[in-house]
Amino acid sequence: MTATDSMIWAQGLRKGFGDVEAVRGIDVDVRRGEAFGFLGPNGAGKSSTMRMVAAVSPISGGELRILGLDPAVDGPEIRARIGVCPQEDTLDTELTVRENLFVYGRYFGLPRKEVRARVDELLEFVQLTEKAGSMVEDLSGGMKRRLTIARSLINRPEVLLLDEPTTGLDPQARHVVWDRLFRLKQQGVTLVLTTHYMDEAEQLTDRLVVMDKGLIVAEGSPLDLIAEHSTREVAELRFGVAQEGDTHEVVARQVEDLADRVEVLPDRLLLYSHDGEETVAKVHERGLEPVATLVRRSTLEDVFLRLTGRTLVD
Amino acid sequence: MSAVTAAVARQAASPLGAREATALLLYRNFLAYRRAWYIFLTGFLEPVFYLFSIGVGVGQLVTGFEVDGRTIEYAAFVAPGMLAASAMNGTILDATFNFFFKLKYNKLFDQMLATPLTTMDIARGELSWSLLRGGIYSAGFLVVMLLMGLVSSWWAVLVVPAALLIGLAFGGVCMALTTFMRSWQDFELVTLATLPMFLFSATFFPVTAFPTWLRWVVECTPLYRGVVLCRELTTGTVSWASAVSVVYLVVMGVAGLLVVRRRLDRLLLT
Amino acid sequence: MAATTPGGAGSPDPARATAPASTLAGALRLLDYWLTVYRRTWKGTIVSSFVTPLLYVVAMGVLLGGFIEGDPAELEGATSYLAFVAPGLVAAQAMTTVIGETTYPVMDMVKWHKVYFGMIAAPLRVGDIMLAHLAFVLFRVALTSAVFLAVMAPFGVFSSVGGVLLAFLVQLLVGLAFATPVYAYAAGAKDESAFNLIFRLGMIPLFLFSGAFFPVANLDAPLELLATITPLWHGVDLTRMLTLGRVDVSAALVHVAYLVVLAALGWRWAARRLQRRLIA
Repeated sequence: MTATDSMIWAQGLRKGFGDVEAVRGIDVDVRRGEAFGFLGPNGAGKSSTMRMVAAVSPISGGELRILGLDPAVDGPEIRARIGVCPQEDTLDTELTVRENLFVYGRYFGLPRKEVRARVDELLEFVQLTEKAGSMVEDLSGGMKRRLTIARSLINRPEVLLLDEPTTGLDPQARHVVWDRLFRLKQQGVTLVLTTHYMDEAEQLTDRLVVMDKGLIVAEGSPLDLIAEHSTREVAELRFGVAQEGDTHEVVARQVEDLADRVEVLPDRLLLYSHDGEETVAKVHERGLEPVATLVRRSTLEDVFLRLTGRTLVD
Repeated sequence: MSAVTAAVARQAASPLGAREATALLLYRNFLAYRRAWYIFLTGFLEPVFYLFSIGVGVGQLVTGFEVDGRTIEYAAFVAPGMLAASAMNGTILDATFNFFFKLKYNKLFDQMLATPLTTMDIARGELSWSLLRGGIYSAGFLVVMLLMGLVSSWWAVLVVPAALLIGLAFGGVCMALTTFMRSWQDFELVTLATLPMFLFSATFFPVTAFPTWLRWVVECTPLYRGVVLCRELTTGTVSWASAVSVVYLVVMGVAGLLVVRRRLDRLLLT
Repeated sequence: MAATTPGGAGSPDPARATAPASTLAGALRLLDYWLTVYRRTWKGTIVSSFVTPLLYVVAMGVLLGGFIEGDPAELEGATSYLAFVAPGLVAAQAMTTVIGETTYPVMDMVKWHKVYFGMIAAPLRVGDIMLAHLAFVLFRVALTSAVFLAVMAPFGVFSSVGGVLLAFLVQLLVGLAFATPVYAYAAGAKDESAFNLIFRLGMIPLFLFSGAFFPVANLDAPLELLATITPLWHGVDLTRMLTLGRVDVSAALVHVAYLVVLAALGWRWAARRLQRRLIA
């Protein structure tokens, strides 16, 4: 039975809400110490999957084991051993930072003394020690997020579930959160996260699945996925609107043969090739003059575009 | 298309007249309340419930009730009290909770001041809305009193303007006080001030129940002035002394409005 | 090094996080939460819990009571209006405290601040969360009722110590009979728009017409019948029997049974609705 040595193991997992099928049969196997990601746009079924894995949402079909246990039977036992950082902060705004952590720790049946020690330790870890006495309402978005992460660690979880951990944060706050999560990963905590930011997935995960419309459309490490579904480099070209007609569509036809693949986005053309600079040079040779050019490495965004024909953030 | 936007732009650029601005704010509140019509409707019921419970139910237990040497039916005594108290309660609810919400929480006033509206337009509009609502309630309550045979004078017609006056007096002062409040916790103080007035301002029993010194204190409170004014109107015992109550309430209202204006300018135009 | 890793997997840990063994054990884990909440909010409840009922006693019982003859035949056996109205106000206060605590605060837990969602992500179950919250509501009722009854004692309106102690326990029952159904409604309600109606068309009419201020016999026959099927009337009548020392055992048993059944049905309804809200 593979389920026993997996942290999270699912086969044919499904979730429906009335007529809507949010998750339509997925297979997942997360190993101890791994950082595993669910990548996909809003509505892909990531959050529904996370809620099932957190043992707070009954499955509609298939099989699911968390730490070898069945969430339908052992929900509380599972929740005692995992940490959950939900998409929306569920902090108690009427309590202080320290009180939030303390009362939450008590939910896990831990002795008061033990919880107090862990609260100090965690405040230090998420760099909120000076804010211990502040009310939650007075914290910035990034601080609230770090507090939620600290809260999810109060029971020293074997698996930490993070649903869109940095959505809504400014770039600086995101980097602070990433840094903390990276440290946890180094300490051997199994991380499972959902995101629709491809840079987040690349930074944090060892392995990920790309979800779309309730299904898994690809699986692998970020580098493998890029190697498999995209080219090494991408040239992004933007043409002015002065030229007549569907500019980008027209130009796309003219440069089709210069790249392995061409994608047309509303505001630009993407030319996929091994050497982007070389591709741009050839475009100029054809007498085409893009108003802006950018050559970059392929990312998971490109993988997603290739697999689904859509962008991640729309 | 562009002609329309140009016309709108020209209109918006010229400052609104006071009456126009007030009408606009009334319309905004009307739109906001349209979906919550049942709140508007049920707000009318509270004083009616009190009238039936205390005035009629407890009234059956009260024997030989005398006010100023005249025996009076207990319900006829309580009814004008409830009318005045409900005028106060309604305005206070608008001028404290609802005003605070718009001032501090959904920042409605900040949004309004980004337009040609002025702080005084806002205060006037909010108060007008509150008075409009209070006026409708008190007219309805007067009809209930008529149907129950609790009105004994034509003077009673003036009880609706009297209720508006009570609303004006409390509305200005309470809005002014609300501008000083910092959090919802401060609203415990509102209850602490209004409940004793509601219970002790000759609403349920005459001030003769108090020792003399306390009686003097009660007679100086605004709700007491409103209650006796309404009672004098519905029982037809109007005298020159009634004018004292009128002047008292007018002065209170005007003073409140002057403070609101200064406070709103300081809070919103910084 | 391993000892200082906050989330270190499998690090040796004598105090292991566990699932609670029973609903009671689960609810006890929430004790610190509710203690912390109460420590922070008790000041804001003084006026509504202690000052308001006393003002009503003084205004209605003492001052208006001065205009009412203490005729036991008119006042269900009470020898003064104060003795009649005091138990009514105690029971009505239990109701208003409970309705206040199980409407907006419950909506806050499931919708606005979503504190319950944090709890359910820990090894707690729906029943644990409900039990703890309702226990807190009952604690509030116990505190206000105890203070109310203690303050009324010097007025000489109680017939015996035993009666008052039983009347105190009755307040917990009245509280629970209102708490579970209102909690159930709030836990499953989409938004707070109906709360105003609960207050204006439910709580205030019950407060005014369920025998707290005047005997329901003074109502017209159909209204009297209506009043006697409301839960508050059962609570008021039971409380009054006990404080006046005129207990009709069979009627008292009916009151108790009515309130117990209401509380139990409310509990089941609440469990179902909260389950659906938190675990979907």
